[in-house]
Amino acid sequence: MSEAVIELKGVCKSFGGVTANNDVSLIVPRGSITGLIGPNGSGKSTLFSSIVGYHPIDKGSILFNGREISRLSVPEIARLGLLRTFQTTRIYGKMNGLENMLISETQRQVGVFNMFAHGRKEAIDRAERLISFVGLYPKRFLPAGSLSFGQQKLLEFAMAMMNEPEVLLLDEPTAGINPTLINGLIDRLRSANIDFGITLFIIEHNMRVIMSMASKIYCLAHGELLATGDAESIQRDQRVIDAYLGAH
Amino acid sequence: MQHIIANISVLLAAPILNVGLLLDGLMIGAIFALAAYGLALVWGVMNVKNLAQGDFIMIGGYLAWCLDQRGLHPMWAVPLAFLLLWVIGWCLYKSVIRNVISRDLFTSLLATFGIAIVIQQGLNLAFGPNTQSAQADLPTWSFAGGLITVTGTRLFGLALALVLSAVVIVFMKSTRMGQAIRATAQDARAARVLGINTERVYAFTFCLNAAICGAVGALVAMVWNIQPFMGTTYSIRLFVIVTAAGFGNLPGVIAAGFGMGVFEQFGGFILGAQFQQALVVLLLLIVLAVRQIQQLSLRQALQ
Amino acid sequence: MKRIERGRQSIALLALFAAGLAAPLLLSDYTNELALLWLMILFAVTWDILGGQMGYNSLGNIFFFGAGMYISAIVQIGLFYDVGMYTSGARTTHISFSDLQYFSGLALGMLAAGIGSAILAAAAGWALFGLRGPYFAIGTLGLAIAAAELVASWEWVGAASGISMPVFPGNPELQKLFFYMLFFALGFALLLFLNWLYSTRFRLALNAVRDDEEKAEAMGLHTRRIKRTALIVAAFFLGIAGAIFGNMTGFIEPRDIAFPTTTFNIYMVLMVLLGGKGTFWGPVVGATVFHIIKEATWTYFLGWQYVTLGLLIVIIVVYFQQGIVGWMIESYPHWFAPKPASEESDAYAKASIDLAARPEGSP
Repeated sequence: MSEAVIELKGVCKSFGGVTANNDVSLIVPRGSITGLIGPNGSGKSTLFSSIVGYHPIDKGSILFNGREISRLSVPEIARLGLLRTFQTTRIYGKMNGLENMLISETQRQVGVFNMFAHGRKEAIDRAERLISFVGLYPKRFLPAGSLSFGQQKLLEFAMAMMNEPEVLLLDEPTAGINPTLINGLIDRLRSANIDFGITLFIIEHNMRVIMSMASKIYCLAHGELLATGDAESIQRDQRVIDAYLGAH
Repeated sequence: MQHIIANISVLLAAPILNVGLLLDGLMIGAIFALAAYGLALVWGVMNVKNLAQGDFIMIGGYLAWCLDQRGLHPMWAVPLAFLLLWVIGWCLYKSVIRNVISRDLFTSLLATFGIAIVIQQGLNLAFGPNTQSAQADLPTWSFAGGLITVTGTRLFGLALALVLSAVVIVFMKSTRMGQAIRATAQDARAARVLGINTERVYAFTFCLNAAICGAVGALVAMVWNIQPFMGTTYSIRLFVIVTAAGFGNLPGVIAAGFGMGVFEQFGGFILGAQFQQALVVLLLLIVLAVRQIQQLSLRQALQ
Repeated sequence: MKRIERGRQSIALLALFAAGLAAPLLLSDYTNELALLWLMILFAVTWDILGGQMGYNSLGNIFFFGAGMYISAIVQIGLFYDVGMYTSGARTTHISFSDLQYFSGLALGMLAAGIGSAILAAAAGWALFGLRGPYFAIGTLGLAIAAAELVASWEWVGAASGISMPVFPGNPELQKLFFYMLFFALGFALLLFLNWLYSTRFRLALNAVRDDEEKAEAMGLHTRRIKRTALIVAAFFLGIAGAIFGNMTGFIEPRDIAFPTTTFNIYMVLMVLLGGKGTFWGPVVGATVFHIIKEATWTYFLGWQYVTLGLLIVIIVVYFQQGIVGWMIESYPHWFAPKPASEESDAYAKASIDLAARPEGSP
């Protein structure tokens, strides 16, 4: 298998007259934690949305494990093992935490007949293990909508893990989380990567977080790829510094 | 089936007839466009899809008919219906609409549908199920040897619709309330923060829409006809117009209104009057299908 | 569902079955109304599959009811006579069916109605499920009205004059009991079926579509398949109900009997809202309360029935948002909701990583 699990070639996307992404090409190495940074409005979330098929792209190609996915629908791409979490944490509000987990099982083998499966012990066990992995076990019977913002973010993360993805796109996973709890989240993300083998592609504004986690970082500005490198070189890259400072 | 083909061949044989239908369609379309604007207004500002729109129109129509029955010229019904429906709109807003604005969309749809049923049945009990119209007794002009008739009534309807539209548009652009309405439509919370009394804006918008429907109804009674259960057909008709145009798009709504009028004139001629409701519903399904396909290319759904 | 809840559910279903069997014997004067009660339950429960569990509020479910009605009529008549001739001739001449013809026709008709409606649902789903929210509601309403208009101009099935159905061979008392039993059997079968269906992961899938369809798609759920299946299930039962109703009434017609968009079609929604959207017993409770109130008061409001109906709609929609069962679940949660884990079974809780205890900066 090739080294790149996701490969973008010349991706362009505009909305009306506004160009969100212009000729973006990048590679997410298999098994890595890769970062995507850039000032507000640089097109990071749009890029993620394009990758998971939320909208069609104007030009370019998106490859997942060498396969062109830019024409596939969101559920199809998700079933291939490419998931994302939303910037505005989305969970199933009226169902309880455990139900949220159970319905997040991977859908790859769900066919016309076994979509009526019934209380399977392995699924429930796995759901309970993952929900306690994020520390929400005592709250698993509460309606998900009644959990706090931080708890919902953790639930969303656990649901993503339940889906057994190959790659997880995380859109600002630490946004809105109490600084003292961020370490716990970083630990879990690292564990997802190392113990569960999930490739992570993360949009982050918190420099401490992303610099400590990512082995490779891309910086976007004004919809274009500005710089790329490991944590050290990106931090010292003058163009990156200018992009962030210039944005003020 | 044969009469459909016969009618189409008549149209092809005498092109001048098409002009007549076109003119009629545009004149009626102007009235549709005005009522559709009201629907789009309430939709955009309060996110309420008013399924009783057509029934408000019928109330206005019956007022005109009543005046006509008593010997008064139905033209007076236009301003009177405007006022009457304003009051009715205010009562409905305070009792029902206010409670459903903040709920989910289906609730408001269902609530207005309930209002529609009450109005329809009420009108039926009061006036009976027959089709009525109000006589305006305006002159009729004939062209092209009698093949095209332009009734004064329809011309009057067009003129009044244009005047009313102009008044509403100027109002929205230059008065404070008009600006407040547009601000609330864009972002209700921001409007509130800036000191706009959104409650009053909502009430005003709903009343304005009802009043517009009343005036339109009076015109409809003169230009066409009314019947207690026709309201649903109108509601669907207007919904089709707003859906086809997209509710933020005022010029689109006007154009679609005209298009609707023309389409119905031709459809009515070719298929026959009894297919009126079927035609409108068919158009609804077509418009929904087309919009869905448009959205599909963007990988979205129509919501 | 935990074992206690399963037990309670089974008892409730058993009680309902016993009541259903006993009712026509104890209340023999009201057999027709009881049959209609089961029809109302069918309407409410099928609507809730789409509206309550899946979040797709339909204003056109009556389409499948009427379709089933006409499909059954065509089969029942068509097996033995030419349909076109029958529909134009039955007004002037009495066309009779032997007992065997009647019952075999009815059985096959009901089956065809269910399957036919299910097939229509599969097709309609393809056209309808790109619509959400109010567009879906109005689109389905449009479908129902379109069907009424289409059938009303279709000579082969009697157009607006309708079709006289084959006459039941038996005395009126037997006829009432027979149709009651049919509705009871269908209604109870639906409840048993849903009792099973809602215990599978399909129920979670329905609820996921309701709570956040985009999220469901993003998690790889086969949302189109889920929606289509829900519609097919509802349509199947509605189709058979239509077939039974058409025979019970003895005469079918497009606008007021097969596709009554402002009566049965709206009652479905009201009954579910009244009883509690998205709950198992809510639609049943709502249908029962609604039907009893309506039957009791209709005669008093003669002439003003529909006005009161409209008012009822407004009142229910505005003031009864959760419905009876919904309100009960909120006020007495321990009767319904699963209990949070007790201390002894909380092995995982002790082992789970405690987020709050990790200070910033430590490894």
